[in-house]
Amino acid sequence: MALFFYAQILLHVLGGIAGFLFEQHGEKANRATHGLAVLAGAAGVLFSLGILLTGKSWALELQGSFPVGVLRFAANPFSAFFLLIISFLSLAASIFAIGYTREFQGRKNIALLGFFYHFFILAMLFVVTVQNAFYFLFFWELMSLASYFLVIFEHERPEARSAGTLYLIMTHVGTAFITAAFLLLFIHTGSFSFDAFRAAAGTFSPVLKNVIFFAAFIGFGTKAGVIPLHIWLPQAHPQAPSHVSALMSGVMIKTAVYGLLLFLFNFLGEAPGWWGHVILAVAILSTLLGILYALMENDLKRLLAFSSIENIGIILLGVGMALVFKTLHQPLYAGFALIAALYHVINHAVFKGLLFLGAGSVLSGTHTRNIEHLGGLIRKMPWTAAYFLTGAMAISALPPLNGFVSEWLIFIALLLGFEGVGVGRHFFSPILASLLGLAGALAATCFVKAFGIAFLGKARSRHAAEAHEVSGSMKSGMGILAVGCLGLSLAAPWVLKVLGTVSQALSGADIPMGALTQKLFLISPSESSRFSPFLIAMILLGFLAGTAVLLRMVLGKKLVRVGPSWDCGMPGLEPRMQYTSTGYSKPLRRIFSFLYQPTRRVELEDEGHEMLRTAQRFESKITHPVDEWVYRPLANLVAVFSRKAKRIQTGHIQLYLSYIFITLILLLLFLGGRSS
Amino acid sequence: MTTLLLSLFQFLLLIVLAPAVNWFIRKMKAASQNRVGPGLGQVYSDLWKLFRKDMVISETASWIFHAMPFVFFAGVLAAASMVPVLWAHSLFGFVGDVILFVYLLAVGRFFMALAALDTGTTFGGMGSSREMTLSSLAEPALLLSFFALGFHARVLSLEGITVHFSAVSPMQVLFFTSLAFGALLIVTLAESGRIPVDNPSTHLELTMIHEAMILEYSGRHLALIEWGHQIKQLVFLTLLADFFFPWGIAGSGNLPALGLSLALYLIKVFSLAFVIGWIEIHSAKLRLFRAPDLLAVAFVLAILSLLGQLIIGSGA
Repeated sequence: MALFFYAQILLHVLGGIAGFLFEQHGEKANRATHGLAVLAGAAGVLFSLGILLTGKSWALELQGSFPVGVLRFAANPFSAFFLLIISFLSLAASIFAIGYTREFQGRKNIALLGFFYHFFILAMLFVVTVQNAFYFLFFWELMSLASYFLVIFEHERPEARSAGTLYLIMTHVGTAFITAAFLLLFIHTGSFSFDAFRAAAGTFSPVLKNVIFFAAFIGFGTKAGVIPLHIWLPQAHPQAPSHVSALMSGVMIKTAVYGLLLFLFNFLGEAPGWWGHVILAVAILSTLLGILYALMENDLKRLLAFSSIENIGIILLGVGMALVFKTLHQPLYAGFALIAALYHVINHAVFKGLLFLGAGSVLSGTHTRNIEHLGGLIRKMPWTAAYFLTGAMAISALPPLNGFVSEWLIFIALLLGFEGVGVGRHFFSPILASLLGLAGALAATCFVKAFGIAFLGKARSRHAAEAHEVSGSMKSGMGILAVGCLGLSLAAPWVLKVLGTVSQALSGADIPMGALTQKLFLISPSESSRFSPFLIAMILLGFLAGTAVLLRMVLGKKLVRVGPSWDCGMPGLEPRMQYTSTGYSKPLRRIFSFLYQPTRRVELEDEGHEMLRTAQRFESKITHPVDEWVYRPLANLVAVFSRKAKRIQTGHIQLYLSYIFITLILLLLFLGGRSS
Repeated sequence: MTTLLLSLFQFLLLIVLAPAVNWFIRKMKAASQNRVGPGLGQVYSDLWKLFRKDMVISETASWIFHAMPFVFFAGVLAAASMVPVLWAHSLFGFVGDVILFVYLLAVGRFFMALAALDTGTTFGGMGSSREMTLSSLAEPALLLSFFALGFHARVLSLEGITVHFSAVSPMQVLFFTSLAFGALLIVTLAESGRIPVDNPSTHLELTMIHEAMILEYSGRHLALIEWGHQIKQLVFLTLLADFFFPWGIAGSGNLPALGLSLALYLIKVFSLAFVIGWIEIHSAKLRLFRAPDLLAVAFVLAILSLLGQLIIGSGA
């Protein structure tokens, strides 16, 4: 079984360099590098499924002289769960990439793309298996750098370069905090090994514990893109090639969830109750603001990136509740909340992957991401439309798809805080649940807008009118994920059992899965509720087919005349008369204007009289308060300090040498002072 | 077997009765305007006529447009099949809880909002945008009032909540749940497209929401949508009756109890329809951007209902 994992790694290494053999032949390089990625993904799926189904762990220790402890890899069900997500999504994305990267051929170096792509996946695989903090940081950095180069792959576009720079800065701020958290653990335990951290869990002073918690939460939160640490995410994710965006939004931000869970449930021991509350507060903020900003976007990929922030928030709602229950010594409830969070981790990976691939198809079929220029794609790209609709329904938490299953679990986890334990102490948790409902409904609005404006109606531009359906490989890449959306819902009780072993491997708490599932049903641990995704799918299908068949039987075949849409008696409906994406979100922009602070400017030009207009310009903008009030002042502050620091930088090498010399002397004096 | 048949019967009752409730409100409005108004048979023959009519479908429409009436109708039926009517069981209530109920209605709404965009007209986009906006804002109030009731009942299924409230003493129920009743009533007005949120009897572009979305529909598609909409309205009224006036609902399947339950159910539902009609007669439609305020009131009422229960300490 471990063989599959070695095969996966080998295939990724080979795939990374294979492209260079055919550097002059774009298509050959493409097939070699992405073909190997497909095989690697398949091997990884087999390996991780093997561990999840048998429950047997795998470990590998590389002997030899390593500077900071032995290099040890291991995969228990918890790691294998993340391996599965990475492998499954990279499998689908790589199939998609075979068709998608054709558009780069002759223009860009496919071999280079393949190289970074493979090492990006490889780094993620190592991040979730390595058992030593030092190497964890090494692979974490490798993951960040590889993804940075993927973000700036189309570096001829200035927005890609500036997004890349922002990403690089933010990810290193995050890494600095993670490093600090690990170093504090190292100072306390004297070892970099995760096992030593686990053994020392619970021996920290409360202050140290809190410091480590905040360092880890800020560090991993930056990577996960929680508000207010999210600013890089909506810039960077859309800039990468679409199959890479799918991986970045689908799985890379989940590695941060992996790291955070390790800290919360393995390294830090007993947690004070307010940690859970801190996480819940950040989570609900990310959930609501994420979707509210997604709603205002007209760029399809940026919209999806903002919605990733929302979904990370939903995942953290589960994590926060798990932590709350853990401190209340309610292992069953904690396990349930953790399972809910993990379920949303895999669901979001699948449907967000699908949506990003769908956006990639739109981009490749129309050469624009701006939904204001689209429309009517459902006729030109019927398959892409069907797949995108599947993803949109799943992310809007509509039954019978997978998004609803995990949101239901999160709902129940939140309500448990109220009905199950400590009545009155957690009066806020049903309110959080209703806000989750608000986010769900707003997500539905957002994706009705995205799908409706881009795929329905009439083409708003030449781009959309001349769109073409994408190639077979791209369709099958999306198809796999669409099937995943349905499968993860219909097989929910079975998935829940697997996630039971995953959460057990993490927290060590034994969860009686019999209390949470029963045949086709998912059951709330307080027994207040139950739900069967499979049965509701059947019921919906039954009513749908029943209505259609009955109508046909009773009334016969329908008589249809096709005519133009109602034009109020004034012929000449134009595509321009349709609702725009901006117009669609206008009511919400107005209702939430305290948040968006929208500004608009109308400029009119005329020839001396207002009836003789020659030109009109309209501009509408919203503000992002975090950017405006936190990051802009911060950036200004940095600029001020840099200007001050410039004074001592004259450019003379002698002066710099003397700085070094003075520093050395001062350090020697300092050390001498200490040792005497 | 009797259980199944009875549950099926009450499900069908809900479907068949829905147009009559709509007729009742229309008749009330007619009376208030010194008109005679339609007879009871009229609403059914309207539907029947629509079902048999030919359809004109826009050339811009895709399969979404054709599928929507069926998806919407199936979603409403699935939600309706979870609601207890005459006795404390429902056809498919065992499958899920209030959360599922809310999201089943969302399926139909999602498709309706898409189909509205499908014909490429301004009306469709306008209705779609407004409907999704207002229903987004109604969602937290709806969920939270369900949660408040579910908290009192310690169970989240529609059946369980009904059983619970039919067993507790009236004063206690009244006290704890009157606020949640206000919240749910407002949401009912919004969800069934009634004044003061929407006006079901206008085709003026400034005011319509629901009608704007289905402007392009005709024939049997329109019939399905109209009927589905009426069923949805009755489902909400039935829930109000179940949760807040559950007395008399049959506990078991014996005939006298069911007969009484049927009589009481009709009285309760038509009284609630009277309330809806009364509100419709006596108020004007709110400006679109005032409607969120009304929904915010519903949300606050739901929060107060929840907190009220805490302060009284019923959680013991």
